[in-house]
Amino acid sequence: MKKLLLATAATALMAGAATAEEVKIGVLMGFTGPLETTVPNMANGAELAIKEVSDSGKFMGGSTVAPVRGDTTCVDAAAAQSAAERLVTSDKVAGIMGGDCSGVTGAVLQNVARPNGVGMISPSATSPALSTAEDDGLFFRTAPSDARQGEIMADILSDRGVKSVAVTYTNNDYGKGMADAFAAAFAAKGGNVTLSAPHEDGKADYSAEVAALASAGGDVLVVAGYVDQGGKGMIQASVDSGAFSTFFLPDGMYGQSLVDAIGAPLNGSYGSVPGTDSPGAAKYVELAKAAGFDGGTAYSGESYDAAALILLSMEAAKSTAGKDWTTKVMDVANAPGEPIYPGELGKALELLAAGQDIDYVGATSVEMIGSGESAGNFREYEVKDGGFETIKFR
Amino acid sequence: MDILNALAAFLNFVFIPGLAYGAQLALGALGVTLIYGILRFSNFAHGDTMAFGTMVTIFVTWFFQSIGLTAGVLPTALLALPFGIAATALLVLATDKVVYQFYRRQKATPTILVIVSMGVMFVMNGIVRLFIGVDDQNFADGGRFLISAGDFKAATGLAEGLAIKGSQAVTVITAGLTVAVLFWFLQKTRTGKSMRAFADNEDLALLSGINPDRVVQVTWVIAAALATIAGVLYGLDKSFRPFTYFQLLLPIFAAAIVGGLGNPLGAIAGGFIIAFSEVMVTYAWKKVVTYVLPADMAPDGLLQLMGTDYKYAVSFGILILVLLFMPTGIFKGKAY
Repeated sequence: MKKLLLATAATALMAGAATAEEVKIGVLMGFTGPLETTVPNMANGAELAIKEVSDSGKFMGGSTVAPVRGDTTCVDAAAAQSAAERLVTSDKVAGIMGGDCSGVTGAVLQNVARPNGVGMISPSATSPALSTAEDDGLFFRTAPSDARQGEIMADILSDRGVKSVAVTYTNNDYGKGMADAFAAAFAAKGGNVTLSAPHEDGKADYSAEVAALASAGGDVLVVAGYVDQGGKGMIQASVDSGAFSTFFLPDGMYGQSLVDAIGAPLNGSYGSVPGTDSPGAAKYVELAKAAGFDGGTAYSGESYDAAALILLSMEAAKSTAGKDWTTKVMDVANAPGEPIYPGELGKALELLAAGQDIDYVGATSVEMIGSGESAGNFREYEVKDGGFETIKFR
Repeated sequence: MDILNALAAFLNFVFIPGLAYGAQLALGALGVTLIYGILRFSNFAHGDTMAFGTMVTIFVTWFFQSIGLTAGVLPTALLALPFGIAATALLVLATDKVVYQFYRRQKATPTILVIVSMGVMFVMNGIVRLFIGVDDQNFADGGRFLISAGDFKAATGLAEGLAIKGSQAVTVITAGLTVAVLFWFLQKTRTGKSMRAFADNEDLALLSGINPDRVVQVTWVIAAALATIAGVLYGLDKSFRPFTYFQLLLPIFAAAIVGGLGNPLGAIAGGFIIAFSEVMVTYAWKKVVTYVLPADMAPDGLLQLMGTDYKYAVSFGILILVLLFMPTGIFKGKAY
């Protein structure tokens, strides 16, 4: 009797696994911490892709997909790891869309993803160090490395005829990586970095940091920091003391809250943020609008693409196991194949199920290079009349 | 040679920020030194007392702003300040009644009182976070600049700007007035004299009929007022965040000890010494020196002794030197 019961139970379990099941995808982002104003639209983007795939009814023979959120805090590696650990061990997610900031993403990759064999696609970890990190083939990113953004920044500044700049960066992997990449690229273009100095986040007063930068001089202050943190403080202190009047604002500093906080003095400052003018971007913003959120904020489209890539790769591999689907990411993301834009995930699933190739373009023209990171498309923007204006795409 | 530009750069980046920061530290250090001189212990809860007073002031400021009551070019927070002081005075008097009085009656040693004050610190820490949260709060309003960098350049034709923020001017003037009133009170009034007598020799003061409870209460009220004023000025000039106020405890104690614990004049001197050395040691002097020296002698380096990240190291360096060579501080404080 006991044996019969066991057998029945086992059969029932097996049957459950073989047919439609619920696949869980971790959405591991800094819902609290220095990026807390940009993260909600990133998570919304990822969840939009997950919902689209789930509602299509074509994923892995009719399986549904559900997102599970985890908080990285962006800065606290221990908190991020325990959140990731929970996603992997108790929620049993099949893949992780995340993390967001480079430091915590590296920690989660080494201490949670690799030991458990779970694949990760990060939409916004941009540290160059992650290009060469040991990842057992499990780690990808739909965001380009900062080395790439550093080159773009140098291009924009030299195109505008700026010859000498001061750089301040937030004292962590992201800030240091970007400052170094930029300094190298700018020097190669014949520009001069007068001083590259770190600042700590979360201080009340940045006048001493600004004083040192002002003394070194420079036409523009490049602020590789965070919009809700020290980056804002550095700009405020510079404006107050009249040390700098034009700022270069890379992706971490792209946010309406900065423009609202500083006001008119920020007009005329400019920067770069990942973005593209491909039809996918416009389509994504429309989809996001219909879903009730703003898809134009930093890394929202990358998040949609990251989640979509995870699911399409699972379909291509016909498996939700990390070691299987991660082998398909490059195939799905790159040519040859039918180009796939946002809102066409159902079509992509059909094509994959029929054994055909696809080339996922998505919201951000994803093109995976090197060890699995986006080649990157950047939007040059300028602050005008308290808003952002796109200058051109690079 | 361009002395005027050098002077403008020096004033803008070193002197004015240092002066405002020094005034804020001096007020904080005065509170610490009074408690130490009269109640005979180091009050570690002082930073969080500042945070509490500032928090109440911020709430009252928001209320005033919501009913449209402002102080014109002056920050509204100055109108709200008396309410902050009153609430903080009540809090510290209640704390004294509930906590410190017991240990005073036990004739507890200063070391025990220090530990007790740390307990009080954590409780106040929690109260502040409970009511206002851990985030940055901005409550400055009124005129933002006395002189803005752009206006100064236009008016003088110099290459260097000089900005004086409204909050910096308010800080220095308010701190000056507060110190003047405090010294008048300690030197001229009967209560002030009895406080000094109590601080100099408790036994003789008791013999001459001074009421110790009254001295203790007045001391707490003055310390609460100083803490609240210092906290509000710091918050106006920079920004309010509970954790930064907790961290302020370090430079404030450094200032009080350098000046000589228990000596009010020393606290003021200590505040400015710590503030100016923090600013001057971490400032990159290249710009100022380039203006002063002939063009062919202009320096290539930044002439910065230490990165700005090492600001706190400067105050601690001075603190250690003073403790090694003049343990009672520059102005001869006391040691219990």
